[in-house]
Amino acid sequence: MSSSEDRSSDASSHKASGGTLGRLLRGLSRTRDGLVEKLKDLVQAPARIDTDLLEQVEALLLLSDVGPTLTNEVIQSLKQNASGRQINSWSELVELVRTEMKGILSTARSTLAIRPASGPEVILLVGVNGGGKTTTAGKLAARWAREGRRGLLCAADTFRAAAVEQISIWAQRAGVGLIRHQGGSDPSAVVFDSMDAALARRCDFLIIDTAGRLHTREPLMQELEKVVRVIRKRIPQGPHQVLLVLDATTGQNGVEQARRFLHSAGVTGLVLTKLDGTAKGGVALGIAKELGIPLRWVGVGESVEDLVEFDPDAYVDGIFQERPPA
Amino acid sequence: MFQQFSERIQGVLRRLRGQGHLTEASVNEGLREVRLALLEADVNVQVAQDFLGRVRQRAVGDEVMKSLTPGQHLVGIVKEELEALLTGPGQKLKTSAIPPTTLVLCGLQGSGKTTTAGKLGRLLKERGHLPMLASVDVHRPAAREQLATVARAGSLRCLEQAGEDPVALAAGSVYAARQAGCDFLIVDSAGRLQIDHKLMEELARVVERVEPAEVLYVADAMSGQDAVRSALEFHKRVKLTGIILTKLDGDARGGAALSVRSVTGVPIKFVGTGEKSTDLEAFYPDRMASRILGMGDVLSLVEKAQSTFQEGEAEKLEHKLRKAEFTLEDFLEQIAKVRRMGNLKEIMGMIPGLQGISSGEVDENRITRTEAIIRSMTPRERSSPQLLDGSRRRRIASGSGTSVQEVNELLRQYKQARKLMKMFSGAGPRPSLKSLARNFKR
Repeated sequence: MSSSEDRSSDASSHKASGGTLGRLLRGLSRTRDGLVEKLKDLVQAPARIDTDLLEQVEALLLLSDVGPTLTNEVIQSLKQNASGRQINSWSELVELVRTEMKGILSTARSTLAIRPASGPEVILLVGVNGGGKTTTAGKLAARWAREGRRGLLCAADTFRAAAVEQISIWAQRAGVGLIRHQGGSDPSAVVFDSMDAALARRCDFLIIDTAGRLHTREPLMQELEKVVRVIRKRIPQGPHQVLLVLDATTGQNGVEQARRFLHSAGVTGLVLTKLDGTAKGGVALGIAKELGIPLRWVGVGESVEDLVEFDPDAYVDGIFQERPPA
Repeated sequence: MFQQFSERIQGVLRRLRGQGHLTEASVNEGLREVRLALLEADVNVQVAQDFLGRVRQRAVGDEVMKSLTPGQHLVGIVKEELEALLTGPGQKLKTSAIPPTTLVLCGLQGSGKTTTAGKLGRLLKERGHLPMLASVDVHRPAAREQLATVARAGSLRCLEQAGEDPVALAAGSVYAARQAGCDFLIVDSAGRLQIDHKLMEELARVVERVEPAEVLYVADAMSGQDAVRSALEFHKRVKLTGIILTKLDGDARGGAALSVRSVTGVPIKFVGTGEKSTDLEAFYPDRMASRILGMGDVLSLVEKAQSTFQEGEAEKLEHKLRKAEFTLEDFLEQIAKVRRMGNLKEIMGMIPGLQGISSGEVDENRITRTEAIIRSMTPRERSSPQLLDGSRRRRIASGSGTSVQEVNELLRQYKQARKLMKMFSGAGPRPSLKSLARNFKR
């Protein structure tokens, strides 16, 4: 994860917490860091891929939220392809696992989103409560605005208290317009207005921030389906991207979330937020495998620059990293 | 996917049968599947490992209850241990001698602190308290507006202060709450990552300043493996006193509850179960344990069997069945037992193989009438039904408020059941339940 270096304050705080973390981890022998250390020890000298080594890799994957089913698959495949093989260095082991994981990730659809030839590109952000949709909307808007694209934000979260205020602050920061209604109004109505506005203002992109909803709440999922229908009324090809925003701390329930949002809103990509913590969001791999939804963006901090495009290599490296990059 | 998973586990548990005691081999085989269930539920790898170690110790050599298969018995032990681990003293809120009783909410971003603050306020108000809400979140845009809006919606007092220093804001809120005569103060802190040294320091200073009765960690029920690390770091920095588990209205199995509880040792005090301001409930360890294990149907059966059938009773019944001494008295007892287990429809739905009988076919009223008929018989009639001639049958019918036809029907059923039970005798009481159920089809 290519965390940008310019977050000076954050960077120093990560370093400062290293000592604390180190102490904390000595208590929990099988936490991620402990495992990475142990694995590193194992492959210090040329080592064979044996049950012991694979067990460590297994625990590491499990602790990264890859989930028992997929982890088992990776381990079985490693067993088959590399059992008894000699490994001479740490990077060789990482490379081996990386190859397996990439095989899994390649089952996901192409990660390239095609921008429309004319008219605004409509991006819909969906997900459960507290995943970081509003923040992601703000960061994406800021990023594209800086690239010189003309943009618009739509505050379709009319439910959560002060959500509109939150996104209007982001709109200011990003320097893009915002379409908003009163709190408690019908989200479809705001979306409809924002479509008109985006067309009239000849915007290049329109980012729609929706309210967080648990995927098990049927009426709320229907509300989302309606939002998609409203978008298509104005722009039949829209929404061009439907991004599911997922907190990296999410466990195996992420797969179920993705399945339901895929069904209701046709999710085209995943945004994994809060990867600047110690969680690795391994459930994203399960989602890629199970539902073919590619990982598009990762959030690694609170500032505007901290939303970066997903890089599979860096991601797998992250799983084998002892501490988040600072 | 989950359905398949749950079926697979039950398959393995069914295979573990035919032993009077749990052997090491069968415990290990069963626990391998339980481990998968725990991991699938997001219980931390290490926490699951420790937990299973404890279960293994207790389970090996344990005598299997007569009415259960070894697999079911093992799941029963797992459930009990899970529940024990989730149960902690002090699930009620502590209060301070000098008001206001201050509660500080803390946790990661997006775990639901602000929403929970509103719900807690509402709950306290309903209990006759006068709570005040105050936000010390100077980081997230519009965080303070959000709390103010939440408070307005619940007609709660919310302190709106300007300023960018959380510690000063916190101090101000204690003063304001005291001035306003509020007996509770709920301090909503900013979400933060546990590795963010600066923000953790800030939280520690806020807590130090307000000396809260409770420092409540708000944890998302959907969290995965990392829940352990963040909770532990928060606990280390600000000494948590309780946990509030949010977003339990989703379908996450909530293994994080077990992780967080076992690494911090502090009790889970409340659970958030919806978006409405009233959706905050007390925490029930038994419900949570079933949810994490995800074997709800097996579990309910095990529990009900445990509480209903005492070992001795089952043995006595088996003995009687073998000797074909099954009397109407036993028939009545069986009915009473089944009824103690709860709604017959529910029970039938839980037993593999009986699900096929649609629930509409079981008539609870008929069970009641059957009971009434048998109760109208003399003890001698109950043990020797051949005594029942026409005149006795008429007496029983009028005594139980039924008709002679119904009495006849019951006797016919009893004979059938007796025949069935003879056939199944020696196989334990399970088939008797099945045949009994068949007798109550409309």
